[in-house]
Amino acid sequence: MNTLAGYLRQAGTALRFLLFATLVLGLAYPLAVFGTGQLIAPYQANGSILKDSAGAPAASALIVQAAANDSGVQDPRWFHARPSAAKWDPASSSPSNLGPNDSKLLEAVTANRSAVAAAEGVDPATVPADAVTASGSGLDPDISPEYARVQTARVAAANGLGADAVASLVEQHTSSGLVAFLGRPSVNVTALNLAVAAAARPSQPAQSK
Amino acid sequence: MTFNPASFAVQVAALLIVLAAMHKPLGIYLARVFEGTTSARAERLFYRLAGVDAGTEQTWPVYLRSVLAFSAVSILAVFGLQRLQGVLPGSGSLPGVDPWVAMNTAISFVTNTNWQTYVPETTVGIFVQMCLLAVQNFLSAAVGIVVAVALIRGIARTRTQRLGNFWVDLTRTTFRVLLPLAFVAAVVMVLGGVVQNFWSTEVTNQATGLSQSIPGGPVASQEAIKELGTNGGGYFNANSAHPFENPNAFISLFEVFLLLLIPSALPYAFGRMVGDQRQGYTVVAVMGTLWLASISLMGWAVAAGQGTATAAAGGLGEGFEQRFGPVPSAIFATSTTLTSTGAVNTAHDSLPPLAGGVAMVNMMLGEVAPGGTGSGLYGLLILSIISVFIAGLMVGRTPEYLGKKIGPTEMKLAAMYILVTPSLVLALAGITVLLPDAMANAPATGPHQFSEALYAFTSGANNNGSAFGGITTSGPYLSVMMGLAMLLGRFLPIVLVIALAGFLARQGKVPTSAGTVPTHGPLFGSLLLGVTVILTALSYFPALALGPLAEGLLK
Repeated sequence: MNTLAGYLRQAGTALRFLLFATLVLGLAYPLAVFGTGQLIAPYQANGSILKDSAGAPAASALIVQAAANDSGVQDPRWFHARPSAAKWDPASSSPSNLGPNDSKLLEAVTANRSAVAAAEGVDPATVPADAVTASGSGLDPDISPEYARVQTARVAAANGLGADAVASLVEQHTSSGLVAFLGRPSVNVTALNLAVAAAARPSQPAQSK
Repeated sequence: MTFNPASFAVQVAALLIVLAAMHKPLGIYLARVFEGTTSARAERLFYRLAGVDAGTEQTWPVYLRSVLAFSAVSILAVFGLQRLQGVLPGSGSLPGVDPWVAMNTAISFVTNTNWQTYVPETTVGIFVQMCLLAVQNFLSAAVGIVVAVALIRGIARTRTQRLGNFWVDLTRTTFRVLLPLAFVAAVVMVLGGVVQNFWSTEVTNQATGLSQSIPGGPVASQEAIKELGTNGGGYFNANSAHPFENPNAFISLFEVFLLLLIPSALPYAFGRMVGDQRQGYTVVAVMGTLWLASISLMGWAVAAGQGTATAAAGGLGEGFEQRFGPVPSAIFATSTTLTSTGAVNTAHDSLPPLAGGVAMVNMMLGEVAPGGTGSGLYGLLILSIISVFIAGLMVGRTPEYLGKKIGPTEMKLAAMYILVTPSLVLALAGITVLLPDAMANAPATGPHQFSEALYAFTSGANNNGSAFGGITTSGPYLSVMMGLAMLLGRFLPIVLVIALAGFLARQGKVPTSAGTVPTHGPLFGSLLLGVTVILTALSYFPALALGPLAEGLLK
């Protein structure tokens, strides 16, 4: 058998192999994982969707929600998320990909620091790093406990709530235990803002799940 | 954002303990799969459907022809079906993929690189992700393993032309090893929060008035094999930094475990198949030492957190996810570049310069600690042959490796193997940085711009797939150059490895004598470690000096 005929024969086997392997690996396998997921963990498998008091889907616990105007300034009534290279758009996801010595990044960080300090009425030196840097995904739902503390007074005032009550909500939405030890303590802004909204309107409590 | 050394030490230790516990049982299982002589009924049915003659073993040229034919057909199929996306079901309203991007992506997934020149969210739908890309995640990983198995057989067998049957090896590796492990891993991921559905969910926050469309997709099934098969192509653009691919620090650690699992267990199977377990332990000890050294360096470089913008921000943050921070990011970044995975849970472009440099060095080592599925083992076995050659020169004897003479033919094949990747990386990156139009795709300035180009070709030719993401490679020039790097970086070494396996299998065994250099134990392990590091340093030091070292040491 010469080489070309050998290749053609192998190519025929290859095509059939690929086709039947695809039926198993590309259809049966993902469908089996889908079925198992829907059976044992539908909440996680469907995107960790949080519902409001009316039972309507309000957010994903894993995806950032930032109510921002067209120029990217976030609504002062709520806890602010981290800056995002994806403009907090779940249909997209991206880091800035700027190097640690990049002058554009330096400018952005400096501008973010002034803006956060002005919005919160605090000393620029107290603004933590996560408040002025864009995340790896652009959809980071979390902020640091330090950044949450900086924002507590503003959010409490804007919603007619006591600072202590808001601080305790922050506490409730801060990760702890193993995941905080493996990673670090983080405050989930998406879930926290839903809780703040529910506390501000006690007649319509939001469900956390 | 501080670096917690206790968390770092606990996670590194946990990985070592769990991987050590899995090493022997998984290694034995792998060896049994590769040495098995009987086929299950489902496998016999599969052979009949695919037209595989499972009863015959192949000579090395036929084995190689099967690998190349299968890969060529896969590239053409993945390319063609991406182009037809617009008329195929399950793709929403997405049109056919741009030809340059489709070509690059087809090569990328078939070569186990999984470089992502496409933006998944806006380019590929569920059909392409699930039926093309995720399928190649399995098959390209299996091809790597199968090539390593052919080399092991070449070493273990004597006076034969036969290396085994590629199609049988591919079937068994895919369905007996990868598929069951991936299924278990995918279910763990779903429990941890990774998405697995086929729709997006409209949500509205009544308090803020904000409406969002929360994406869905078969993410967990793809994520599991993406790590397990050391592939690395993400369902989403942000890869394992995306909360739906990697929702918390526990899953992040689990993903690192998955991507190290098979490459670190293969040496046990190797030891078993060559009938000397000490050989496997020496190989895995070298892999583990390199991994520990690299992860320590990475931890140090990340913790140091150099950079003017980083200093202005008051610490690391750019490109990091809050839930991970520096510790899981350092562990992930090291493990993804020491294997051929290339998944990222942090934007590598924004890492401190020396940390980015460690990631590049990891790939430049040839991804052998523990490396890609299969490719890590055959890479380190080639380096072992280079090491016995050097040891043989020192004592003035013809080198032998496990009873096989390393003559001129074997040595030429091994030497060409170690020259392929550095030549590709340095030549293609060198040509590219001389072209202003090409470098306009890397908007950074100074040494960092050079680093982006060097990282891209290092990642491509080593079939890693991670990136300094600032560079855009979707245009014709860089698509083709990266395609070449991935294609030649994958298949030239495979040709050399299978040829070497064929030549070794033909030989009889030379009896061990007092003059034989033992290829196990700390002495040989140190030599192998030294050869691996020195070859890398000699090949790449000048290039590293112009990129990450210049940026990290001069500022």
